[in-house]
Amino acid sequence: MIRLVTDDLRPPGTPPKRHLLSVADLTRDDVERLLDTARTFAASLERHVKKLPALKGHLVVNLFYESSTRTSSSFELAAKRLSADTLTVKSAGSSVDKGESLKDTALTLGAYDPDVIVIRHPQIGAPQLVARVTDAHVVNAGDGKHQHPTQALLDLYTLREELGRLEGLHVAIVGDVLHSRVARSLLQAFALVGIRTTLVGPPALLPRELPAEMTSDIDAIRDADVVYVLRMQNERMQPGANFVPSLREYSARWGITPARLRPGQKVMHPGPMNRGVEIDPRVADSPESLVIDEVRSGLVVRMAVIYDVLTGGPVGVEALAAAEVA
Amino acid sequence: MADMLWQKDLPGANLVVRGARVLDPVEDIDAVLEVRIDDGTIAEIGDKVDANEHRVLDAEGFVLAPAFIDPHVHLRTPGREDEETVATGTAAAAAGGYCSILAMPNTDPVVDSAATLGALVETARREAEVPVGFLAAITRAQLGEELTEMGELAETGAVGFSDDGVPIASAGLMRRALQYASITDRPLALHCEEPTLSHGGHVHEGRVAAELGFAGYPSVAESVAVERDLSLAGYEHGRVHVLHLSAAESAEALRRAREDGVAASGEVTPHHLVLTDEAVRSLDPNVKMNPPLRAERDRAALVVALRDGTIEAVATDHAPHAAHEKEVPFEAAPFGVTGLETAFASLYTHVVKPGLLPLETLLERMSAGPARIFGLDRPRVAAGARANLVLLDLDREWRVGEQPFRSRSGNSWLLGATLSGAVRATVAGGSVVYES
Repeated sequence: MIRLVTDDLRPPGTPPKRHLLSVADLTRDDVERLLDTARTFAASLERHVKKLPALKGHLVVNLFYESSTRTSSSFELAAKRLSADTLTVKSAGSSVDKGESLKDTALTLGAYDPDVIVIRHPQIGAPQLVARVTDAHVVNAGDGKHQHPTQALLDLYTLREELGRLEGLHVAIVGDVLHSRVARSLLQAFALVGIRTTLVGPPALLPRELPAEMTSDIDAIRDADVVYVLRMQNERMQPGANFVPSLREYSARWGITPARLRPGQKVMHPGPMNRGVEIDPRVADSPESLVIDEVRSGLVVRMAVIYDVLTGGPVGVEALAAAEVA
Repeated sequence: MADMLWQKDLPGANLVVRGARVLDPVEDIDAVLEVRIDDGTIAEIGDKVDANEHRVLDAEGFVLAPAFIDPHVHLRTPGREDEETVATGTAAAAAGGYCSILAMPNTDPVVDSAATLGALVETARREAEVPVGFLAAITRAQLGEELTEMGELAETGAVGFSDDGVPIASAGLMRRALQYASITDRPLALHCEEPTLSHGGHVHEGRVAAELGFAGYPSVAESVAVERDLSLAGYEHGRVHVLHLSAAESAEALRRAREDGVAASGEVTPHHLVLTDEAVRSLDPNVKMNPPLRAERDRAALVVALRDGTIEAVATDHAPHAAHEKEVPFEAAPFGVTGLETAFASLYTHVVKPGLLPLETLLERMSAGPARIFGLDRPRVAAGARANLVLLDLDREWRVGEQPFRSRSGNSWLLGATLSGAVRATVAGGSVVYES
């Protein structure tokens, strides 16, 4: 006999938790608060001693079911810079290899009473499941093709730092939108802060139901202040799917080359880049490329996110940033 | 209903129902009448009937109607008795007001031989709370390669043939199936899906899938298959029943084919009549099913098709799954939801009460419609008929999941929802099989 299963599988009466699962859950105020907190942390990182005592005694678990360089390293470093203990579990070499379900892995890690669980998973909705079965604050570090909210936030941070504003900017997102959680998160985040978005790519890689301007004409990038280049996701391309005839044809028609850019037009990419496929190496290494700035932003934005879900806001953040580790 | 439906031995009811509004749209009855049942057979209907010392059920304020028939149930037996058995599935049916259900053959092993079917019939004779019938597979092991021995299967009691769960990819094989099935006088019940278009899709291809990042399962993946099979059925003069219609274009294709004289019928599930793909935003695996929930225009078109009779039957596609299989991220979860215990209430609450469908039409599509499609005796309120009746309390509100399910699985798309309309009693095959 099955009894009522409520949405929340945690013990009854457990108070709601702050999570960052999707950009769709954020308000514009949330975004501005997070970016301001990140900036405060950025200032603190310029000092000789870079560690802050903010989250001493807290535990941040990083649970990664997909390979990652930028996201996993920056979450780990972000937690360490805030003095939290960190524990990183990767699916390869863990009980996941033995067929343990996500629910059981989450319950197991939950037994250590983590304050925050950062999760990356190849399936949509995995962070929501972890939030339902554990008592931790959950941060989505990428779930399938769904969401990558901290990537969107770090890109907003990068844009604001480099261009001095967000409202009124025009960004062209170029490439494989269909398989991109980054594009989905950016589209929502850009709408939230008043950035105009144009999606550019091959017809089969532009989901026509998305609420955005879209075209397959690469010349459309000329009107944009910033060209945001998506990774051509080989690993998501099913054989025989024929989204594009070949990578060669893709590069020729949609690759971002110096000739296709206006002088002064900024270029972004969430990484890892396929140089020579979606982005010409000369563009990747040009002064207009913000790729390394994005990585740097990733650290402070993830510090801000961990801090924010745990503390509920920026209260005292200035004072904290001024304090040094005892 | 001999030969195609089996139930365990139960005592015939001796009962008088008093005070109920008797509603049988096919018999054209809608009046407060008393009904006496003698040893499982309706003996007398009138303003005042003799109690004959039978038990008297005071049913004032309730509706007494022909009980329901569900043409599309997964009993998971043999193979996955942890999810459902003939006993638990038919008990769930009794609680939902059903007097008969038809079980799909996509079990382990597949019901593709007389031996497997015969064993199921024996199980039903021992365990079934309500009469149950079985469809057999169209192709061996549902692999879409070789036809099953439909002649022998029909003689053993198959009520129809279906590869439900998987589409028949080859048009040529579908044609052969239509040709051969004609010797059995049983319909082919078709799961229409073009696999090269639905491939990898979990959610209707529309704005919700685009925003959430799900691989899309477009409505055209269903409608091109529906159109193919209706064309073949017309060409071969075969009889086909289209399972779980989900797309507006499919309903339209069925309407055109029927107007052209094709012997085609269709069914629709409560969840496709009530929900749209917007429900998927919850990422709840209990709204994941095949075919997927579609757009509002599809939902609206299905309601219209059910109302105008293009779609003759409501079918639950009751698909129990073990709890641990659904407690996973949406994309990892299996397709399917339960529905036997909530079908009437969900449709009464969300389709009849808002004025989209008359109650009489719903009762017809849940009972006489499916009986007609599969050649079963029509449950009816008439003297001399075997008692197959449901007593409904339309005003009663209840919360889904608060009482334990009779089904062995709890993957209901309505968990926690409050519904109007409760089943108070079910008489199936002449026996009282449920009372609350």
